[in-house]
Amino acid sequence: MKIMVAVKQVAALDEDFEIRGDGRDVDPDFLIRDLNEWDDFSLEEAVRIKEAAATPIEVVAVSIGPDEVDESLRKCLAKGADRAVRIWDDAVTGSDPIAIARILAAVARRESPDLLFAGVQSSDQSHAATGIAAAAFLGWPHAAVVNHLSWTAGARTAVFRRELEGGLLQEVEIDAPAALTIQLGINTPRYASLRSIKQAAAKPIEVLSLHDVGLGEADVGEAGSSSRVRRMYVPPKGQAQLIEGDAAAQARRLAAIIREFKGDPA
Amino acid sequence: MSAILVIAEQRRGELRPQSLELITAAQALRKAGDEVVVAVIAPDPGRFVTPLRLAGVDEIIEVAVGTAEFDPDTFEAAVGALIAERRPSVVLVAHSVDSFGYAAALAATLALGFATDVFAVQQVEGALVATRGGYGQKVSVEVDFPGRSTVLLALRGNVFKPPEAPGAPRITSFTPPAAASRSRARAFIEPPAGDDADMTGAEFILTIGRGIGEEANVAQFRELADAVGATLGCSRPIADAGWLPKSRQVGQSGKTATACKLYIAMGVSGAIQHLAGMKHVNTIVAVNSDANASIFGVATYGIVGDIFEIANELKHEFGGAA
Repeated sequence: MKIMVAVKQVAALDEDFEIRGDGRDVDPDFLIRDLNEWDDFSLEEAVRIKEAAATPIEVVAVSIGPDEVDESLRKCLAKGADRAVRIWDDAVTGSDPIAIARILAAVARRESPDLLFAGVQSSDQSHAATGIAAAAFLGWPHAAVVNHLSWTAGARTAVFRRELEGGLLQEVEIDAPAALTIQLGINTPRYASLRSIKQAAAKPIEVLSLHDVGLGEADVGEAGSSSRVRRMYVPPKGQAQLIEGDAAAQARRLAAIIREFKGDPA
Repeated sequence: MSAILVIAEQRRGELRPQSLELITAAQALRKAGDEVVVAVIAPDPGRFVTPLRLAGVDEIIEVAVGTAEFDPDTFEAAVGALIAERRPSVVLVAHSVDSFGYAAALAATLALGFATDVFAVQQVEGALVATRGGYGQKVSVEVDFPGRSTVLLALRGNVFKPPEAPGAPRITSFTPPAAASRSRARAFIEPPAGDDADMTGAEFILTIGRGIGEEANVAQFRELADAVGATLGCSRPIADAGWLPKSRQVGQSGKTATACKLYIAMGVSGAIQHLAGMKHVNTIVAVNSDANASIFGVATYGIVGDIFEIANELKHEFGGAA
């Protein structure tokens, strides 16, 4: 039995950042990288299923990206993934979620997992698309925004809850193999112990090329994408009127706003 | 001349309000001779036709399917067949939990142009350009779709104002191919009641976010909320961590603060899902130590500073010991 967990190394902006010379992305010098918050939960869910299972389950973390992504994959290994796979080729640069999903699907064909997990979305670009697009390329059943899951290793169906708007939940049964996108809060992700971090540092990360997974350059990058970034820019600042001064002065002004709302005389 | 296809959403017999917003967005994309066509996919689509008879709608297509509630396979088969038959230049869906479950799959299998969480659309020299956020909503990103004859866009809610004027669209029907559903919706589960907090009815809410740091600090803000007479709310990470019950979560997946008039957000960075639930609020005050926090983009007043210091001083203003 196997669960494949697609993970992404996301990028947050430094306090002061600059847009790249071509105006289509942020200058990479100003990006702070980390494992996507959602992926912490989907990895944890896979590891918990593994730990609760009577039969052996292998958890494989898969990511698309250059060398620096190894750091996020090591985090996955430290938190309980059995193997880590990274796919990269310079041609992947400029890929949108659809092109990334095509690569993930190609890896899933090679790995033949019983379940494929991905985060609902990434904290940086928030497409909420990759996991479901990968399912479509595989021709697999799929569901998005799962916040509770029951699956017994080897079972032909899984039962899960979708988290809908307004806190409403929906219970759904799905045929396996299936792809599910996992929502924050489905579990409480563990911290990696120092020992497991050390062990993870010594584990190999399998690095594959596009060719290794049966894809070519035309399948990825702008050619394999459903959209192209024309321009990236800092939007004009919102209308927030800043309340200046020291904390006491700021609090006094805020108190006045509250009193005005309540119709209280100061 | 081509069609702009709008997919209306329903759940438990009610049209989802975002469906109407899509009709407004469609008008901005209309080229000369284009028609705006709204498809309703449901076992009994006829019941949703009346609220969709709006100005700017040329046709409503009733698409009768076998499943009562959203199902990815049913929707992909129905929308896919509609795209094949009508060859629309643009397909608009809501950026919602349901569309998360099928829009990307359609884009992948039909090789459509595709973008999600889009908050602005325009035609630039005959080419469709969509704008979305990037890097945690700190930048805006314009995307285009070279070479794609059909572009599927999932639009952010609460951005486009629903049309109000009535219209007189044609009503037609469409029979989609039978879809083999590989997942089966069993039941809806109502959110747990939690404590006695009424976020929906509260007029004054003080919300805490990740900035409070640790669970032990919740008490301090609970006291502050009591002192100023506000209902205490929270952002998602606080509820997920179990520091406050889920019923106090404000935002897209929590409660919509419908009646709220004054909203003070302390240590809430402002994920889009959170901001979605508060656009209608008269006065939003954001207190955050990060001057770049996206919540300042929607706030009326901003205080850049330490939330604990401000909380202490504010409590003092209302008679508490600082």
